[in-house]
Amino acid sequence: MNWVRALGKFTLSTLRGLGEAGVFLVKGFSWAFIPPLKFHRFIKQIQFIGVNSTLIVLLTGAFTGMVLGIQGYYALNKFGSEALLGPTVALSLIRELGPVISALMVTGRAGSALTAEIGIMRISEQIDALEVMALNPFRYLVVPNFLAGIISFPLLASIFNVVGIYGGYLVGVKLLGVSAGGYFGEMKSYVDTQDILDGIYKSLSFGVIMTWICCYKGFNAGYGAEGVSKATTQAVVTSSVLILVWDYFLTSVMF
Amino acid sequence: MIIDVIDLHKSFNGFQVLKGISLRVEKGEILALIGKSGYGKSVFLKHIVGLLKGDQGKVLINGEDIAASKGTALEKLRKKFGFLFQGGALFDSLNVFDNVAFPLREKTRMKETEIRDKVLFELEQVGLQGSENKYPAEISGGMKKRAAFARSLILDPEIMLFDEPTTGLDPIIANTIHTLIKNTHERLKFTGIIVTHEIPKIFSIVQKVAMLNDGVIIAQGTPQEIQASPHPLVQQFIAGGIEIA
Repeated sequence: MNWVRALGKFTLSTLRGLGEAGVFLVKGFSWAFIPPLKFHRFIKQIQFIGVNSTLIVLLTGAFTGMVLGIQGYYALNKFGSEALLGPTVALSLIRELGPVISALMVTGRAGSALTAEIGIMRISEQIDALEVMALNPFRYLVVPNFLAGIISFPLLASIFNVVGIYGGYLVGVKLLGVSAGGYFGEMKSYVDTQDILDGIYKSLSFGVIMTWICCYKGFNAGYGAEGVSKATTQAVVTSSVLILVWDYFLTSVMF
Repeated sequence: MIIDVIDLHKSFNGFQVLKGISLRVEKGEILALIGKSGYGKSVFLKHIVGLLKGDQGKVLINGEDIAASKGTALEKLRKKFGFLFQGGALFDSLNVFDNVAFPLREKTRMKETEIRDKVLFELEQVGLQGSENKYPAEISGGMKKRAAFARSLILDPEIMLFDEPTTGLDPIIANTIHTLIKNTHERLKFTGIIVTHEIPKIFSIVQKVAMLNDGVIIAQGTPQEIQASPHPLVQQFIAGGIEIA
């Protein structure tokens, strides 16, 4: 009967955890609509999550586009459709790879630091100090991150897409000889506004997922350095998995 | 401000930390809560300010149940408190000046020049003049405690809670902190609770002492009454004796 007890305990703790995370998300969003916004911290978090992630997004975007250029060219070459390389690269990036890879990169870079920062504030009683001063920790720590994530993720994904398209151009047109006019011309015919909007919606939701999970894990970090380290690992793994699972659901609904 | 704790119980994961604590701190009085480490003194203190909620019992602040208060009512109650955390709980990303100025900037409409004057005054009171531009990572443990003390006093609280204010400090700094508590109490007349192991030094600062053991208050009274208590655990604690199994 021990395994039944263990299963019950696991199910209950999982449900409780999901419930708490859900309440955390609702509270975070509710406070986002109640003024005043901590504007200075909000700008600081845009700098931290968005601006400071630009370099890594530029690099990963360029190389992802270049790989798509090579792979796309050789696949399309088999059917004599190299002229469609432009739309292939662009649609892959705009609909899928741009939002997903940029979100995963930002989660690894900024999400982990976010959890560690809030986790350290939790274990060193800085969050308790805010509460004792009659100040709402959600307003100071969660809302600026939520909003910064919502603004930064679509912009970073857009940068990723543009750089990736030029990466594909470099390989396809400059190295493999696809016509420059065809690369961009076909792209205009096949990529429509809805594709771009769908990519942006995805990025927005990934921004929410990353900041939600990373703030939640930091807020509930266990004791000591080990607790913060565990919370950080869990935050990155959970956010990344959730981004991919949510991406599947959105893709199946949108396209 | 009167603090009234009635039959407070608290458990964590089935382990009972507080088993029915009742005590009262009168207005302007300071109570020292003594007892062995790990027996729930800090947990008790967090109940007073509503950071933790008891499983049973009440914490009344001037008759208002803090655990039942929410929203603006809780905010109003919390404005009355100053809390000196064990590790100081200074914000890492702010320097000493900004840490002390933080509650003024967030909770008052004071002008920056007035804030500057008040912060510098409080820093001078705790002997930290000249350290206002340093970050918490750049100052010693004693300086952190004093900066945190200045921050907790900046809004002239009616209730001050001290969680082991001198733990880990050398005797000179510990004496300085005790003197600071005594002087500020004379200045602000706050009601206070100090969780401490500093016996007998603390007896000259407080008006009342309570000893917590195994989740219950085993003795309480004036410092003189506690020193004269026949309870063996109290005597052992005061004498710093070795526990005999």
